[in-house]
Amino acid sequence: MTTSVTVTVNGSERRLAVDPRRTLLDLLREDLRLTGTKKGCDHGQCGACTVLVNGRRVLSCLSLAVMAEGADVTTIEGVGTPDALHPLQAAFIRHDAMQCGYCTSGQIMSALEVLADPEVTTREQIAEAMSGNLCRCGAYAGIVAAILDVKAHAPV
Amino acid sequence: MRPFDLIRPESLDEALKALALPGARAVAGGTNLVDLMKLSVEAPAALVDIRRLPLHEISLGADTVVMGALVANSAAAADPAIVLQAPAISEALLSGASGQIRNAATLGGNLLQRTRCGYFRAADWACGKREPGSGCAAATGINAGHAVLGTSPHCMAVHPSDLAVALLALDATVHLRSRDGARRIPLGDFYRLPADTPHIETALASGELVTAIEVPLTAPAKTSRYLKLRGRASYEFATASVAAAVLVEHGVVAEVAIALGGVGTVPWRDRAAEAQLVGRPLSAPSIEAFCDALLAGAVTTPANAYKLPLLRGAIHRALERSATS
Ligand SMILES: Cc1cc2nc3c(=O)[nH]c(=O)nc-3n(C[C@H](O)[C@H](O)[C@H](O)COP(=O)(O)OP(=O)(O)OC[C@H]3O[C@@H](n4cnc5c(N)ncnc54)[C@H](O)[C@@H]3O)c2cc1C
Ligand code: FES
Ligand code: FES
Repeated sequence: MTTSVTVTVNGSERRLAVDPRRTLLDLLREDLRLTGTKKGCDHGQCGACTVLVNGRRVLSCLSLAVMAEGADVTTIEGVGTPDALHPLQAAFIRHDAMQCGYCTSGQIMSALEVLADPEVTTREQIAEAMSGNLCRCGAYAGIVAAILDVKAHAPV
Repeated sequence: MRPFDLIRPESLDEALKALALPGARAVAGGTNLVDLMKLSVEAPAALVDIRRLPLHEISLGADTVVMGALVANSAAAADPAIVLQAPAISEALLSGASGQIRNAATLGGNLLQRTRCGYFRAADWACGKREPGSGCAAATGINAGHAVLGTSPHCMAVHPSDLAVALLALDATVHLRSRDGARRIPLGDFYRLPADTPHIETALASGELVTAIEVPLTAPAKTSRYLKLRGRASYEFATASVAAAVLVEHGVVAEVAIALGGVGTVPWRDRAAEAQLVGRPLSAPSIEAFCDALLAGAVTTPANAYKLPLLRGAIHRALERSATS
């Protein structure tokens, strides 16, 4: 049994027939082949699957695709391009904010909201605001530095 | 995940009709229910997506604030009225989960989230909460994180909500609605002790929705604070937490409310123990006497007995913070 769902993903409207059990994460990765969004734990415990829904960061593994009906979804594929990186992507490279890279798209999607929050300015506040994104490789120092750098030099 | 029918009501009446169907369950943010459906711990026959219902407002009255059940945890935490007049609520919400989860999570869903007990979440263990009458694997298993208050031989799972602890200290009321009408119930009467029916967790009747949470904005509420202790600094459930609101006048306690999280099978509060503090100075000995009364009924295991001294320390600190707010 399938249900129809219409979502706007990275600016283009998509209409799909999905099993109501499909998560938004699986819709993105399996149906739309947008594999930049990663599946780490599939249970809300790692942040690898972070995307923006209507401009707010959420975990796509804990959201059913049908719950995204009518929503505007942004994934890492909608943030910068290899030729024109988002300032945050460039800062991640400059600060060596990754090792294996598996958590990186989730870190960036999550950090987009943190960047836009004027109340979060210190290293400690950034660490707290980013606590929902685990990095198995322990690249935290670089991640925090990259976010601080963009906050200081390239406000977005 | 088991198959289910999806129902997307546009109005409260439609939603209540759908929820009256056998095996129907509301889904709000989905951050708890979807997780448990993946684990096959929950298997609703019908899922009623309630997010289109008009329950997204926070309305500030003269002496109360009413928060719609669908208000996001992050929105309530940032609301100026909550931050200024009931700070424990904001602190409790911000101490919970992560930025991503708080954006999706709703207040109603937070109150009704299920325990994080590992035996409840894994279908291959005995758990009377998951399967009535099957026993409690935690009683003889790994129980360092389990409850010390309100336990029974049938269940020692901790209630996981931070929000509920703050609301309990602030004398909040839950607004409920079903096809039979509307009712209000103090949060203190909302949660059920496990006793020999650990699968019955709240006063919510089948087919009933939480529509709002009402919090009286009192003088002590303004001084309320939430202190949460846990194994890592963030993105972790409470090992022990305290919501405290105290008003000291002329050197003695005039009003006090203390609720505990991470240690009870339900959010915990003992008004008789609180009454002992009233009229006394807020001193180390009087707080210790309060803790003695509060924790007299605690039942510990070798693995979770550490929670009692942890709690005492947290109570001292939370009261001190509230008194100096
Ligand atoms: C990794 C992780 C860490 C977390 N850490 C914390 C933490 O530290 N502290 C904390 O408090 N919480 C924590 N949470 C829990 C999180 O806050 C809850 O999952 C969330 O608040 C639930 O809200 P929801 O809207 O997503 O509920 P849903 O998942 O949609 O629903 C949960 C339950 O409530 C019922 N329900 C929802 N809304 C209503 C309503 N209006 N009326 C009747 N029934 C309703 C549903 O039927 C379901 O049974 C964590 C969650 C995760 C995944
Ligand atoms: S995959 Fe969603 S939080 Fe880990
Ligand atoms: S870079 Fe490997 S998990 Fe973060």
